[in-house]
Amino acid sequence: MATFVFLYFAAVIVMAASLVVLVRNPIYSALSLLVMFFHVAGLYVTLHAEFLAAIQIIVYAGAILVLYLFVVMLLNVKREEQFNRQGPVALFLGVVLLTEAVLLTVSRGFTVGAPEPGREGAAVGNTESIGEVLYSTYLFPFEIASLILLVAMIGAVILSKKGIMESK
Amino acid sequence: MSVPVEFYMVLSGLVFIIGLVGVLVRKNLIIILLSIELMLNATNINFVAFSSHFGNLSGQVFVFFALTVAAAEVAVGLAIIIALYRHHASINVDDFRLLKW
Repeated sequence: MATFVFLYFAAVIVMAASLVVLVRNPIYSALSLLVMFFHVAGLYVTLHAEFLAAIQIIVYAGAILVLYLFVVMLLNVKREEQFNRQGPVALFLGVVLLTEAVLLTVSRGFTVGAPEPGREGAAVGNTESIGEVLYSTYLFPFEIASLILLVAMIGAVILSKKGIMESK
Repeated sequence: MSVPVEFYMVLSGLVFIIGLVGVLVRKNLIIILLSIELMLNATNINFVAFSSHFGNLSGQVFVFFALTVAAAEVAVGLAIIIALYRHHASINVDDFRLLKW
C-alpha cells in the first residue's frame, strides 16, 4: 500500500517536472510546477515530515510560485522558439548523469546504511522536535539564514527599483 | 516505512536531471529559474527520505535552510530578470551574450 502511494506521487512528480521543461507557455510551466509542489508535499506527509509539508505548501506554492506568476504576467512575454542549440549537449549530460545515478544506486558495492536500531520509528517530523533541534543545534545557521533573507530583500529592491544606482 | 530509500533516490535523481536538462535547454529565463527550483526540490526529497530512514531530524532542518536559500534566490533572480527586461525588452538568454566588465 505504501509503495503504491509512493509510486503515484513519484509518477505525478516526474510528469509534472517534465511538463515544466517541455511546455511552451511559461504560465503553464508555473502551474505544473505548482502540481509538483503539492505532490512533493504529499510525499513529505508519507515520510512523517508534516511540518515540512505545510511549509512546502505555504512557502513554495503560496509565496514563491505567486511571485513567479506575477513576473510572468508582468513581463507579458510573447512566445518564442523554446529550445536553444545546446539540446544535444544537454541530452548527453542528462543521459550520463542518469546512468551514473542508476549505476550507483543499483550496484552491489553501494548500500544505504541500516537505520540505527530503535530510532527508526521514532517520533520524527512533528513540529515540536524540529523546533528543538533548530533552536539548539542549528541556532547559528538559523541566524545566518535570516541574514541571507535580509540581504536578498535589499538586493531585490536595489536591482528592481529604477534609477536608484544612477542618481548618485 | 516500507518503501525502500533507494526508490526516493531514483525519484530525486530523475527530477534533478530533468531540472538540469531544463536549465541547459530552455531559452526563457523564467523557465530556467523554475528548473533550478526543480533541482532544489529534488535535493529536498532526498534529504527528507534519508532523515526518515535514519530517524535523524537534521535532514529536515537542512530542507528548511534550502527553502530559505530558494526564497532568496527567487527574489534576487526575479529582480534581475525585471532589470534585464527593462534594458533589453526581452528575457531570451540568447540576447544576453555580451557581458560588460
